Amino acid sequence: MDLRYSDSDERFRAELRAWLEDALPSLPPKPGQDNWPARRAWDTRWQQMLFEAGYAGIDWPSEVEGRGATPTEHLIFLEETERAGAPYVGVNFVGLLHAGPTLIAEGTPEQKQRHLPRILRGEEVWCQGFSEPGAGSDLAALSTKAVRDGDHYVVTGQKIWTSFAHVADHCELLVRTDPDAPKHKGITWLIMPMDAKGIEIQPLRTITGSTEFSQMFLDEVRIPVENRVGEENDGWRVAMVTFSFERGTAFVGELIRTMSLVEHVAGLAQRIPRGDGKAWDDPGLRRDLGRIAAELDALWALTRRNVTQAERGTGVPGLGGSVFKLAYSEVRARLGDLTMKLLDRAALGMEDVGGIESGIHVERWFQSMSLTIAAGTSQIQRNIVGERILGLPKEPAV
Amino acid sequence: MNFDLGDDERALQQGMRDVCKRLFPMDRVRALEDAGGIDRTLWHELGQAGVFSLRQPESEGGVGLGMTEAALVYEELGRALVPGPVISTHLSVPLIEGALDGQRVVGLIDRERTPPVVGQLPALDTLVVIDPKGLWLVDPQHLGAIPVRQPLDPLTPMYLLEHLPKGDKIAGPKEVARWRREGAVLAAAMLVGIASACTEAAVAYAKERKQFGRPIGSFQAVKHICADMLVREEVARVGTYAAAVMCDDPGAGDVDRAVAGARLLAGDAALANGKASIQVHGGMGYTWEVDAHLYLKRAVLMSTRFGKSDDLAEAVAGTLAP
Repeated sequence: MDLRYSDSDERFRAELRAWLEDALPSLPPKPGQDNWPARRAWDTRWQQMLFEAGYAGIDWPSEVEGRGATPTEHLIFLEETERAGAPYVGVNFVGLLHAGPTLIAEGTPEQKQRHLPRILRGEEVWCQGFSEPGAGSDLAALSTKAVRDGDHYVVTGQKIWTSFAHVADHCELLVRTDPDAPKHKGITWLIMPMDAKGIEIQPLRTITGSTEFSQMFLDEVRIPVENRVGEENDGWRVAMVTFSFERGTAFVGELIRTMSLVEHVAGLAQRIPRGDGKAWDDPGLRRDLGRIAAELDALWALTRRNVTQAERGTGVPGLGGSVFKLAYSEVRARLGDLTMKLLDRAALGMEDVGGIESGIHVERWFQSMSLTIAAGTSQIQRNIVGERILGLPKEPAV
Repeated sequence: MNFDLGDDERALQQGMRDVCKRLFPMDRVRALEDAGGIDRTLWHELGQAGVFSLRQPESEGGVGLGMTEAALVYEELGRALVPGPVISTHLSVPLIEGALDGQRVVGLIDRERTPPVVGQLPALDTLVVIDPKGLWLVDPQHLGAIPVRQPLDPLTPMYLLEHLPKGDKIAGPKEVARWRREGAVLAAAMLVGIASACTEAAVAYAKERKQFGRPIGSFQAVKHICADMLVREEVARVGTYAAAVMCDDPGAGDVDRAVAGARLLAGDAALANGKASIQVHGGMGYTWEVDAHLYLKRAVLMSTRFGKSDDLAEAVAGTLAP
């Protein structure tokens, strides 16, 4: 085992770092949370810059205009962009991390040709239409139905937690095409153009006050059969392919951000007065923070192990990700709780209060709560770890 | 970067696991209770297997490996519940003759930790006293000591020292720092082994034990305990491996922070998994008959060695100050 990067990895890092130093100052200020047209423009502009510099689709194969980098280079890319404070994928999230990789693995040559380069250039934004009010953790319980009518599917139903629906050009949509088949067998994966007739979008305001998610109502939306990815009724398998991309390096940026957040909280504690001294004088607080920092260090090591295994093609893809996600979301939540306690009454606003930089921490505390829910709740992750890694018997099927 | 076991490392790990299975099957480990935890023949065999000479250069009769390999080996010793001062004997190899091949049993006591209790005193050939100024040799045979009537870990009889003499200095502060750092990594590795053995035992029991007509491991309430055990074990393991790698290659990161963090997480994982294993085993887990209590007790013992969780957490926090 070793933790050193190779010389070629370090060269890649140096080039990237130099480019970032050059490129970042030319970015205009980031638009406000809920100014969606401006956010789309800002996020896709960054994507365009990455594309022009040869850093778009860092882990995508070169045949589809990606960079074809190794998992280690991908890790370095995430590390350097995060450390430099570069924008993260933003509204390009679904296209770059979900739909694109799914098309690479399962799309037809026409679908690849049509969408992949546009996703990489920031010309096409995607949203995710998987979840439904009655099908969250039990995703296969979805009921949005698609009926074949000549060379179209006619789709009717409701989707929820549709990230970025109001700025997207396309949606990765799961529909039920065979209501009589066992629930995992009758599902199909479709590309839905968001300008099709019959789509109604209602923004969903979250706990932080932002409107990243929507509910989407579909009323006889006509989708050409050529937009189907994979075979009819084989969508569950395709969706599992989509999910396997979500794990592995998906949380690297998050992790690095949280590691610097710990330092920031330590800094705050050294400034916030308590009694005759500072909050930092409390050994309980210091130890809690020290423990959190130790766990994040270990998760950084776990990331490196997962990346090594990805590079070698060993291990079961995605499973290291479940261990990571469980541990990370838990430590992140503890850091949030500790910070709220530290901020005390300065936490009573969503912006900085009383000269204490509390706004960002309050927002991140709320965000930390989504980690144990999004992309598979911690309870579902524990089932995955218990059944697929430890080999414990499945729950009886219902 | 290559942060996963290579072929040689896997072979070493498997080899050590086999040695432990041969030398320390659970019935023999349990029988060691009567021998005060140490059997000289087995100790010598551990020496023959390279457990103590692992990191000594080949020119000096050792195996010439690093901390990375030592962490893998000591994880297996922890998993097998091997009793006795294996870490201090290993650390004393460059300083004390006869430690290398298991001819001597070298104990360790930290002068700053109270009460002054030391394990397996009658079986020790040498006792090393550690304090900030140096390492000191004390003859264990002439120490006034009261046996602790019922030791927490049945395989580690404890003795309360009435007086700890100054001893003969054998090394200075630099060596003290090495002992503390490397001892913490080896202790972390043994704690990871304990945590891992607990997961394994709980999972095996959850697959086999039936209630309400089904294996209890099919119930989420039990399955989730097991999943959390694996998560704690894995996080502590990678942290420990990273700390070991940094000991071998100090430029690869903040060694002291990594070591303190690893030892902290490994102690937490072993204790939590020890308790969780008893919970999964239910009433039987609370009996002397099932092995679960032995792992929890060893976890308690090992978590008092080479660091204390509050101090370790403070040490990591100290690196956060801007």
